[in-house]
Amino acid sequence: MQRSSFLNSTLSLGLLLLIWQLTATLINSPTLPAPTLVFDVLIKAIQSGELPHHLGITLYRLAISFTLAMLLGVAIGLALGRKKGLNNFFDSWLVIFLNIPALVTIILCYIWFGLIETAAIFAVVINKLPNVIVTIREGARSLDEELIDMARAYQFGRIKTIRHVILPQLFPYIMASARTGLALIWKIVLVVEMLGRSDGMGYQIHLFFQLFDITSILAYTVSFIVIIQLIETTLLKSLDTKAQRWK
Amino acid sequence: MNRLIIDIKDKSFTKDGANDAFCVIKNLHLELNNNEFVCLVGPSGCGKSTLLNTVAGLDTQFEGTINAGDQHGTLKTSYVFQTPRLLPWRTVLENIQLAAGDETIETSRITHVLERLGIETSLNSYPQHLSLGMQRRVALARAFCIQSHTLLMDEPFVSLDQPTARKARRLLLELWAEHPRNVLFVTHDLNEAIELADRVIFLSDSPSSVIGDFNVDIARDDRTPEQVSQFINQLSANHQNIQHLL
Repeated sequence: MQRSSFLNSTLSLGLLLLIWQLTATLINSPTLPAPTLVFDVLIKAIQSGELPHHLGITLYRLAISFTLAMLLGVAIGLALGRKKGLNNFFDSWLVIFLNIPALVTIILCYIWFGLIETAAIFAVVINKLPNVIVTIREGARSLDEELIDMARAYQFGRIKTIRHVILPQLFPYIMASARTGLALIWKIVLVVEMLGRSDGMGYQIHLFFQLFDITSILAYTVSFIVIIQLIETTLLKSLDTKAQRWK
Repeated sequence: MNRLIIDIKDKSFTKDGANDAFCVIKNLHLELNNNEFVCLVGPSGCGKSTLLNTVAGLDTQFEGTINAGDQHGTLKTSYVFQTPRLLPWRTVLENIQLAAGDETIETSRITHVLERLGIETSLNSYPQHLSLGMQRRVALARAFCIQSHTLLMDEPFVSLDQPTARKARRLLLELWAEHPRNVLFVTHDLNEAIELADRVIFLSDSPSSVIGDFNVDIARDDRTPEQVSQFINQLSANHQNIQHLL
């Protein structure tokens, strides 16, 4: 089963590479470099240490803002989902934050806080937070009241109830927002870096854009996709299996 | 002495949108002493579950008091619900240990209770891998493993077929004899009530209060179906006011 799914994805990715290669050969233009060329540049960028440096910085920003957005989002989402009055009052705030364009929050953060690291991270968190809140709020609304009553009848207390009764029920919602979050956050991080940092993937890609270096843009993108895929398959998948073992 | 004194002056619900509150329990006084087994019988919707919830501390919005007399401060209850209500993501053992709270119960004690119920091999299983009947027994084990003053049971055998229910009742009595405590058992099945209880208490329609309180003075081993129906006939002959519940 596992082997065949591995084979499957290899074949499917191979086909994609083949299409890319064929199209590149057919067009034969510097705007679409062949995968082999991109691979060469990728290896060179890794060897020079440039790519690991910028990739590392971007991943660091991603990790911090992801963690912050998830922690805050789960806490706020849980509160809004459980307390009706609170939700009625703050619902409009949520709608506003959901609809502010990412670009606007990023620019405002840089203007208000200056071109500093904190402003960059804050801007990313602000962009992701409403999505997490909305997803977790949905989960908190559908919590099993019977189990919560059971926990109260047996005097679990707040911490034990959250850990053993509430979080396991929220788990699918947390995973859903983690998955969409990872994809969303790294896109925003790149924009943040492009607009106001002097390192990171976004900065580099902006640089390559000005130099019209399409091969390097693609090489950086490929490296990033590989990393995100690794996080997804190793970290998130194993978390999934561990948490679903009771099923 | 293990006591439970329930004295509810007024328990009302305010329905969404309605201005006036709906009174469920009015002037209900009830006392359990010395590890008594008391069955509550009443028409459906009369507030039996509400009563259990107030005793369990799940519902604190009422006028009146519920306490254990004066000897021990807080009243510790365990609760067996209509459905097992086990945490599906925790094993049988973990479910019981979590309910025990700060007091650490030895695994041997848990295995002993599980053995009594014939499910000791499921100690490390997850509830979803057990049949519903086994899950019910785990819920029963959970209630008896922890040291509570009062055991609340809300129609725990309601969806079982007759032979299984009879077996469950026997197991319940065995466990209770081994781990005695006050039991407040809600049922709408009078036969079940008489088979189990020291005392049967009848509740009126809502707003409910006590309208009948009878000792079942037949030895537990002698409570055959004939004896039980004879007891019901006697009640029916002597007490007009509870006739609609018999």
